[in-house]
Amino acid sequence: MKKTLCFYFQVHQPVRLRKYRFFDIGVRHDYFDEYVNASTIKRIAANCYLPMNNLLLDLISQYGENFKVSFSISGSAIEQFEMHAPEVMESFRKLAATGCVEFIAETYGHSLASLSDSDEFESQVRYHAEKMKELFGKYPVTMRNSSLIYSDEIGRRVADMGFECMLTDGAKHVLGWKSPDYVYTNAINPRLKLLLKNSRLSDDITLRFSDRNWDEWPLTSEKFAYWLDQESRESDVVNLFMNYETFGEYQPASSGIFDFMRNLPKAVFSMTDFEFLTPSETVKKHQPVAPLHVPYPMSWSDEEKDITGWLGNELQNEAFEELFKIKDKVAKTDDYSLIRDYRRLQASDHFYYMRTKLFSDSDFHRYVSPYDTPYEAFINYMNVLSDFIARVENASSGKSERKEQVAEKKLNGKKTVKKTKNVKKDKVDKEIKE
Amino acid sequence: MSVRVLMFGWEFPPHIAGGLGTACYGLTKGLAKHGVDVLFVMPKAGGDEDQSAVRIINASDVEVVNTFSDYEEYWKNVNFMEIGSNLVPYLDPETFEREVNRSVKEGERTGRIVYRNKFEFSGKYGSNLMEEVARYAMVAGTIASSQHFDVIHAHDWLTYTAGIVAKKISGKPLVIHVHATEYDRSGENVNTQVFDIEKRGMEVADRVITVSNLTRNIVINKYGIDPSKVFTVHNAVDFQNRKDISVTRGVKEKIVTFLGRITYQKGPEYFIEAASKVLKRYPDVRFVMAGSGDMFGRSIRRVAQLKMATKFHFTGFLKGDEVQKMFNYSDVYVMPSVSEPFGISPLEAMRSGVPTIISKQSGVAEVLKHSIKVDYWDVDALADAIYALLSYPALAKVTGRDGYDEVDKLKWENAALKIIDVYNDAIASAKCNQ
Repeated sequence: MKKTLCFYFQVHQPVRLRKYRFFDIGVRHDYFDEYVNASTIKRIAANCYLPMNNLLLDLISQYGENFKVSFSISGSAIEQFEMHAPEVMESFRKLAATGCVEFIAETYGHSLASLSDSDEFESQVRYHAEKMKELFGKYPVTMRNSSLIYSDEIGRRVADMGFECMLTDGAKHVLGWKSPDYVYTNAINPRLKLLLKNSRLSDDITLRFSDRNWDEWPLTSEKFAYWLDQESRESDVVNLFMNYETFGEYQPASSGIFDFMRNLPKAVFSMTDFEFLTPSETVKKHQPVAPLHVPYPMSWSDEEKDITGWLGNELQNEAFEELFKIKDKVAKTDDYSLIRDYRRLQASDHFYYMRTKLFSDSDFHRYVSPYDTPYEAFINYMNVLSDFIARVENASSGKSERKEQVAEKKLNGKKTVKKTKNVKKDKVDKEIKE
Repeated sequence: MSVRVLMFGWEFPPHIAGGLGTACYGLTKGLAKHGVDVLFVMPKAGGDEDQSAVRIINASDVEVVNTFSDYEEYWKNVNFMEIGSNLVPYLDPETFEREVNRSVKEGERTGRIVYRNKFEFSGKYGSNLMEEVARYAMVAGTIASSQHFDVIHAHDWLTYTAGIVAKKISGKPLVIHVHATEYDRSGENVNTQVFDIEKRGMEVADRVITVSNLTRNIVINKYGIDPSKVFTVHNAVDFQNRKDISVTRGVKEKIVTFLGRITYQKGPEYFIEAASKVLKRYPDVRFVMAGSGDMFGRSIRRVAQLKMATKFHFTGFLKGDEVQKMFNYSDVYVMPSVSEPFGISPLEAMRSGVPTIISKQSGVAEVLKHSIKVDYWDVDALADAIYALLSYPALAKVTGRDGYDEVDKLKWENAALKIIDVYNDAIASAKCNQ
């Protein structure tokens, strides 16, 4: 039986906040930096999304059914593509039309909701899955959580929603001696199959590809295929999970990353007995080898592969608690702008910017965060959240108030109508007199 | 073989009056811990009785040494010399003339006339100060010819000339230590005589040590010094003498503190404007401006004009324990300096567990992570940071706690190691040139 190479690309862009001072609280409710968001989306579209989508389309037209990949596209990315780069959505639709690309469900707002005990997680996943169906014609059967955050309990919730397959990380502290290169199942509900990221091979592409100090530099398609063949003799599946922005953005075109991908299928077909499948096909083809026990949440982030990148200090915890405290109130208001802002504010990125763990030592963090320090990130976020909470409180306590206001307006309107009538009447009277 | 240093420095405990004395003291202590022999020469404010006298006194038989008995083990390598002189640090020539005249008349000692406002710097030089500088240099020559040492180390401009003379006479390399420049003291209205002394000191010196990269850039750009001989050694802080003082607070509101000279350089006006913005949205807070200076009257007028005098308090100049008490009273400490070569007081605030906001235009911002940094002119950002520390408890908690840990690690021993490297470098290059 052929072994499987499973590519999964994460496409996500948070809606970045503007500089929001405390004196804006209660005064201005526009939280997002339209200029930065638009220019970022356009830049990455030009560097990565468009050229890489075209490359994948080329490969699919060249190899047909034999070349397959999968994507998750966050709701905030979709909204921004639709607004600032509609041609990106168009090219994703073309990819969907080939039938060789699986689109995966996630939380719509790239949220950390799975770590709260509210049902916000379920509602966001369903909303996103519906969106995928609307855009690409298929309701997803595979799910991935923000930053591949996973635990037994999260897996159970995902299984209860009816998903068959979920993606997560092959973290060393969870796997121990076990290999990530097999299909596993959720420890509570074995119907949910798990695919685990092969960190070494994935990171060879995402992190090390252009690193000239790396003793394997330069990485060629043939070398990569050779590693696959040599080191994965015993495995069923090698999962290459990565940020889509790796192609052309984190690894610039000049590094040769596009050529690497263009030549990879040929090298894989000629040098190995691997085939390309989507996640849902992969779990159908290979038998799971064991349940995977993950009592505490893990992720694909940092050395630790845990959730301390988002919920590792008091700043993050406070923001998180405040954010999810108002969940029910937001749900009760059927105000679209509140619900939209709520989803955007949940993006895990906002919490990642507040991490003090590595502080600014990490180049990657500096590259990703729009803030100089985690403190600035926290201050800005909390100002926005304070305003948002006030709006939600107003909306939920003030529904009747608003109705009153509307009623009052109507009343006033009538009065003025009456007045004008009176005026007219007077005029008419005057005219008659004259 | 350990290095032997001839150091031209300033006051020592118990008569420490300001940052420079504290820094010299800490640095000498740090050097002593690494076994460096320091021959410390300091001008002793001798008052009228021996203005013309020069005494060179060995440490073993001066009273001053007895006050250090607590630190005996560190001081066994350090010898002191006192020179009867009216030179004191932080004194501008005009005040110097006035104070010396007064002390001659009233028989007062001049040792405590420090913390005078440098911004009064008028350029009208009394002849006395320059005479003192010259006389101190002559003494330096005498010492240099009679003592054995490997390197000369001079702190700030009043001692640069002494350093130059010592170098000429002994042929030993000169290291000058820039704690502040004329640009920091006077903005762009530099006193050319002082500037010339500084520039000449930097030019003649074999190595220049600056207390921050900020100062290093000034030395390179404004004084035109070869960057390859200018090294940054950030100051450290020594809390060994610190007593725990408990304070009882009489007001229920939170307290935001500015503590320093009320002069242009320290940016008091930005603090006042920010306070006004914060009070409009957050009434449960009081602001305190502790210190004195030439912008004192103007600051009071501005506070009255903004109609916040019941919430904004001036303490005048604080002495001794009062400073630490003030820190202990505070919930937020703000240093909005326009230009600050280093800036030790935020470290003292952090040592009291107080969250701090510092200007990006301070040298200390280069070493601190757990302080919120703003541009001094960005009143909105400053107000925002103050508001955040008052409103979001997690932020105050994290910055307070992590800030405490951070300053605890800033040790003079570590700074001294870098200085020893500079010494060795200077000695080696001087040998090469011979």
